[in-house]
Amino acid sequence: MSFINPVKRFYLALETWFNLSFGNTWNPLYNLGTLTFFFFWVVFVSGLYLFIFFDTSLSGAYASVEYMTHDQWYVAGIMRSLHRYASDAAVITILLHMFREFALDRYRGFRWFSWVTGVPTLWFVITLGITGYWLVWDDLALYIAVQSSQLMDALPLMPASMSRNFLESQINDRFFTLMGFLHLLGQPVILFFALWIHVKRLSDVSIVPPRGLAVGSFIALLALSLIVPAVSHEPADITKTPAVLNLDWFYLNVYPLMDYWTKGQVWILTLGVTGFLMIMPWLPKKKTGQAAVVHLDECNGCEQCAMDCPFDAITVQKRTDGARWANEVVVNEDLCAACGICAGSCHSSNPFRHSQQELVTGIDMPQSPVNDIRNNVESAIAELKGENKIIVFGCDNAIEFSGLKSSNIAVVSFFCVGMIPPTMIEYALKKGADGVFVTGCRTGDCYFRHGNKWFDERYAANRQPILRKRADRARINIFRAAETDCKKLRRELDKFQQSLVDLNQKNIEESSEVGHE
Amino acid sequence: MNKPLRYLLQAFNFSMFMALVWYFSLYPAYHQLEEDQAMITFTVSHAGKHIRECVKFSQEELLKLPPNMRKPMDCPRERSPISMELKLDDEVIYSKVAPPHGLYSDQGIDIYQNIRVPAGKHRLTAWLNDDVKVEGPIYKLSQDVTLKPEQHLVIEFKPAISGFDVH
Ligand code: HEM
Ligand code: SF4
Ligand code: SF4
Repeated sequence: MSFINPVKRFYLALETWFNLSFGNTWNPLYNLGTLTFFFFWVVFVSGLYLFIFFDTSLSGAYASVEYMTHDQWYVAGIMRSLHRYASDAAVITILLHMFREFALDRYRGFRWFSWVTGVPTLWFVITLGITGYWLVWDDLALYIAVQSSQLMDALPLMPASMSRNFLESQINDRFFTLMGFLHLLGQPVILFFALWIHVKRLSDVSIVPPRGLAVGSFIALLALSLIVPAVSHEPADITKTPAVLNLDWFYLNVYPLMDYWTKGQVWILTLGVTGFLMIMPWLPKKKTGQAAVVHLDECNGCEQCAMDCPFDAITVQKRTDGARWANEVVVNEDLCAACGICAGSCHSSNPFRHSQQELVTGIDMPQSPVNDIRNNVESAIAELKGENKIIVFGCDNAIEFSGLKSSNIAVVSFFCVGMIPPTMIEYALKKGADGVFVTGCRTGDCYFRHGNKWFDERYAANRQPILRKRADRARINIFRAAETDCKKLRRELDKFQQSLVDLNQKNIEESSEVGHE
Repeated sequence: MNKPLRYLLQAFNFSMFMALVWYFSLYPAYHQLEEDQAMITFTVSHAGKHIRECVKFSQEELLKLPPNMRKPMDCPRERSPISMELKLDDEVIYSKVAPPHGLYSDQGIDIYQNIRVPAGKHRLTAWLNDDVKVEGPIYKLSQDVTLKPEQHLVIEFKPAISGFDVH
């Protein structure tokens, strides 16, 4: 077994556990981005409700929050708790989301953009939470206000000291109004915009999780809100320093550091961590393969590849070569992740075409053109010996499969299972393989986002190009696994081999029965 | 896996998730002070005196200056550093010599310092010097205070009242 780093191993074990309990489509780890969006929706809607009763003045804020929490606990109180707990839950899913992209090495190469644009969103989320706690104007809010001001004062931007605002009994009302404005409007708008940029380079981004997951999360949040409703500390009082504060560690974690470090050191840490996260995609950098190339002579502008590209790298434009079709496609090389999915989408990638000459397709991968794949499939099958000839079509980014090669098993590698033209499977069967064994990423997950989903839809004849009926499904095995599932791979392949033996046996019996009649 | 078992596992996972959310939204509690401590904030926002008095330019000096820069008095921009000390009973709890801010050392300083002290009866003494031309304390404070646990006492240097304001 090849070396798998322990971080990845740990992550995959977690994923396996969640697949067991949620099934693949509901696995929260496959839906961390959408779950975060879901929590934001809960925060947004509950926030709108709170806004109705919230008094944005310094003198009235605390009392209005108390009213919601205690007098109107049955709606506003629950909304408050949902607002708080969904915000906290979002921090957990964001951190897991980051951890996952890191553990699976999905933050470098063509993914640098998603990673780098993710980092500022972290700041926007945390600071949004901070102003939220500020608005309650209780002891905790005062603590946050003073500590934040000290941090701001340590920056060389501010002409006048901010911390001293809070010393007068006439605390600066305008400052509070500013926080209100930031929390209720400014910061949410910035966050929304930042998230829009974050997913801009991806296509088919979902911002609602699978229903079961959404319902489950909501029930869980509601239960927590009823069991432990969110409450305030005592009202802010400048003449008091409460000994104990119940900090929300998801949002307010840096403040206690200021007891040990100077403000400058706290800034160096936070900015240092941010800076480090920002340059991580280049430590060291990861190469992306060559971008897809369009061969207009073989393209009729059907747009299938543009619909399937998970990275929004293909655009459709008016035909430029005078051919009779209306449209053509162009690849934006800067966005292309070299996943090869487009080559699998193109109906021209059909190996039965041009059998005597080079196979040119509408859109192809320079490092592994469809023509080469056809040749590999043909020669690999020709070398196989024995009764049960199996050809493995494997994705390079899932489990390591080259070790499966034996006298009756051949392997052909693809960038992604989405790169396999369905006709290539038929072709392999036609050329003498008894079975085709396809291995790719776990269902629900895909290194190239949508590859295995498109594959499944083509297999089920729900997506073009379809795997035709005449391809005997009994001779095709679809295996899904992560790197750590080596034993499972072996077992599944053995089982498939046995099923092919049985199938051949049955065919022989059937044909001999026919012979007797 | 059968459905009921799966739902059970999901309920378990959601509970763990919410337990995490609940716990870290409140705990571990942050102890800002020990139960029998009070907080003193010592704060100074002030610009020191100029390092020397203005002097009249002599005729030769004036001639040496470019015509548009000529003015009768030579006033320094640079300000004095501010030195200060705060004592609780006999113990110095804060002391600092703060150099003036600004590229030309021509601006004031801003100090905001929280100090945890035991509650109870104490004698507070403080001094501050904002002028290099003068030796020793210029402004002084001496006051008896009784600090309740969790009290927040602010000692603020106020140029307007030429001294310390305790509130
Ligand atoms: C603040 C809340 C965040 C939300 C709501 C969010 C949401 C999302 C969503 C919906 C996707 C698309 C997933 C897909 O459909 O494949 C995504 C992708 C990604 N996110 Fe975030 N994200 C957030 C923060 C972050 C942060 C802080 C980082 C890392 C620093 C990050 C790194 C990434 C990366 C690397 C991808 C690329 C995934 C891919 O190309 O398949 N995200 N995010
Ligand atoms: S190789 Fe992948 S990313 Fe590049 S154009 Fe084709 S489908 Fe899009
Ligand atoms: S799938 Fe093939 S034929 Fe269709 S637009 Fe893309 S390259 Fe052209």
